[in-house]
Amino acid sequence: MIEAAPIMTPSRTPMQQVQASLARRRRKQITLQVLGIGAISAAILMLGLLLTTLTLSGRHALTQTHLTVQVFIDPAEIRADRLPRGGFDDVVTAAIAALIPGADLSNREGRREVSAISSNGAQFLLRDLVVANPALIGQTIALRFPVSDPYDQLFKGLIDRATPEANRRLNDAQIARFDALVAAGAVSTPLNWGLLFNADSRFPELAGLRGALMGSFWALLTCFVIAFPLGIGAAIWLEEFAPRNRISDLIEVNINNLAAVPSVVFGLLALAVFIGWFGLPRSAPFVGGLTLALMTLPTIIIATRAALKAVPPSIREAALGLGASRQQVVFGHVLPLAMPGILTGTIIGLAQALGETAPLLLIGMNAFLTSAATSPFDASTALPTQIFLWADSPERGFVSRTSAAILVLLTFLIVMNALAIALRKRFERKW
Amino acid sequence: MTALAFGILLLATIVAYALNRHAASRLRARGQPLHSLVGHHAGFAALLVLVPVLVLILLWLGLQGPVISRLLMGGLPQGVLDGLDTGAVQLIEAEITSIAGGRIFGTPEDWKLAAAARLVDLRLMSGQMLLLAVSLLALALIALARHKVAPEFRARQSFESIVTGLMVFASIVAVFTTVGIVASLVFEAGRFFAIVPIHEFLFGLNWEPQIPIRADQIAAEGAFGWVPVLVGTLVITVVALVVSVPIGLMSAIYLNEFAAPRARAIIKPVLEILAGVPTVVYGFFAVLTVAPALRSAGAALGMDVSPNTALAAGGVMAIMLIPFISSFADDALSAVPRALRDGALALGATRAETMLNVLFPAALPGIVGGVLLAVSRAIGETMIVVMAAGLMAKLTLNPLDSVTTVTVQIVTLLIGDTSFDNPKTLAAFALGLMLFLVTLVINVFALRIVRKYREAYD
Repeated sequence: MIEAAPIMTPSRTPMQQVQASLARRRRKQITLQVLGIGAISAAILMLGLLLTTLTLSGRHALTQTHLTVQVFIDPAEIRADRLPRGGFDDVVTAAIAALIPGADLSNREGRREVSAISSNGAQFLLRDLVVANPALIGQTIALRFPVSDPYDQLFKGLIDRATPEANRRLNDAQIARFDALVAAGAVSTPLNWGLLFNADSRFPELAGLRGALMGSFWALLTCFVIAFPLGIGAAIWLEEFAPRNRISDLIEVNINNLAAVPSVVFGLLALAVFIGWFGLPRSAPFVGGLTLALMTLPTIIIATRAALKAVPPSIREAALGLGASRQQVVFGHVLPLAMPGILTGTIIGLAQALGETAPLLLIGMNAFLTSAATSPFDASTALPTQIFLWADSPERGFVSRTSAAILVLLTFLIVMNALAIALRKRFERKW
Repeated sequence: MTALAFGILLLATIVAYALNRHAASRLRARGQPLHSLVGHHAGFAALLVLVPVLVLILLWLGLQGPVISRLLMGGLPQGVLDGLDTGAVQLIEAEITSIAGGRIFGTPEDWKLAAAARLVDLRLMSGQMLLLAVSLLALALIALARHKVAPEFRARQSFESIVTGLMVFASIVAVFTTVGIVASLVFEAGRFFAIVPIHEFLFGLNWEPQIPIRADQIAAEGAFGWVPVLVGTLVITVVALVVSVPIGLMSAIYLNEFAAPRARAIIKPVLEILAGVPTVVYGFFAVLTVAPALRSAGAALGMDVSPNTALAAGGVMAIMLIPFISSFADDALSAVPRALRDGALALGATRAETMLNVLFPAALPGIVGGVLLAVSRAIGETMIVVMAAGLMAKLTLNPLDSVTTVTVQIVTLLIGDTSFDNPKTLAAFALGLMLFLVTLVINVFALRIVRKYREAYD
């Protein structure tokens, strides 16, 4: 059936209509593109903002203000037969006062003002030196120790001298005393190795991450030892051997869902089962590792199955054709070829486990401990829970230390992910 | 002791392996036709020793703590535990344990010292018995394995069936995990509902869980209605999604349709970094930067912004969710068959029109699935809200106000020393059960949508 052509007004041919709408359609396309670029820029801006704030705040913790003084280890204060007791505090205070003109040690107030410049750890540093070598008593040695947090902030320029005295953490006299020390050349800011090698402390200038690093190490080791073999075993069975039936379907659905269960629920499981029912020790990295292993297991299983699936069937058929049993095929041929993919997935799973905080909080890995764990059964913190602890601490010095601890954590994560990417690049095969 | 037991295990495994290897090779050298390879004989022996002995050691280690504790507390002199509640008994046990570990505070009573000495003895005895049992079992199994070596012994089948058993066990661990989660949550929540009626929990409008633990403590009376907590969770989730869904979708659309392949190869991994940053870092970022910024912005506009505003927690959570949503949406858009795209372009549609009128509607189910998974993430997210959201449960929909969430309450109720017999602790498990159920329903639903949709186009 042929219909009459629509009557066209001579002014608007279809071509003209299209032409007229073209500008609008182009505008729409450009709008969409601009929105897309805007969204991506916003996301990247957030990332940049996050990293910049952390770096800006964390860089202050990369150095620590130290004081170097000549300490006369006074036999009157420190007696060899009384070690490790002795007036180490007074000795250090006297050494500092020697550099400050007009320092008055005759009354308690004056002594405390001078003593407050040094970190509380200075006396213990000296004590350990003297206990290790009692022959030092009666000698004068050069001792370098951290200054306490307010003076550290002052030297790094974080306390503004222009603010009115009443609103400042240090008054004019205190600043003047410290300036005398600076003028005497006793103040230096070496790299803050204590951040990595000291255990935790209530005093920011002494606090370090050794306990947290050891705790995370033990927890990740436990996690790896448990999750790696179990994950690979489960993945091989599900991918290569399991009959396709309701049970294997159920296991598969279960694993996929487990991967999406909130992490805090795993913490509840660990608290109720591992600590409540089995009586395992609270705060132990072993329990943390166990919990993280359960969380990492789905990641490893999913990655392993993908890696096994990527090995072409011809490999299996060739091995079967030569008379290998099905297990010989898998363990002798398929698994070695899939190994790079499996390791990549495992490293990524471990990196996630390293940053996991909530389940560790619930099993008590947020205890305040001044010594590092020497076995997976000692109480310990972990890197992310230490960050949480420090973020909650009121002292100003902990703000920059929290950022620095985050930078340490991010460094570990970047290294692990880079390793995974390198592994994939190096061994990836296109079949 | 434990290390020694594992040492014996390792040694026995190696010995069994070497013995059977040697025996099987000797048989072969004598010209006897073996059914299985020498390696299978050796591997069978190693597994036959390794698996039962390892199970023995692990069971022993798991059970010795409770058994020793029961023996210890049962052997205390008559009457010293009379009239004490569970907390006090646990305290006494902890004190005895620490005395046994050599850390003595003050002057403990004589019976505590005696109990500590007995604890040391019990532990030593348990360790010695473990070593004895491990050695005997290992020797018996080595002998059994050695005895089995014969030309007609089907070592490969035996070896492979043990390996299959191990793999099946590994697969079932994941199921056990789920069962463990459900069992522990239901059990502890059940004890909670025995104290607090379930309808009070589900429909109560007050949440004040800080109840006195000791009789002489002054604290709130306690109210366990989870509605304000739930509303707080939803407020933060909505804030997070309102920010992250548009940004995530727009990024996905741009990356999928407009970006040059090289730009895409750079931008995608950069966005993924956002998903890899630990949540405790986001939490600190929210406290350090975002919340103060929002507060001063609010002050400039003359609005009263709470220091723990839901806006800060939700906004920072949105940053975490952006890559999540964008990668799901990108996958869904990529899964739309090429023919649909080509058809639309061939009809003269612009790329924007193809995207908005053809690809996006076709990919919508997959995108919705991804967004649902993001919702479940946001509900279950813990550290950001623990650090940036409030503790007080307030029934409000105002995102500028301070609200609390289910996960915040779980963590605050359980941080520190907790005993398992007061409603304050058990309330956390009831909340955990609700959290698990809600996220499970969303996850199952979302995973089904995503999967079904993928299959439809494959």
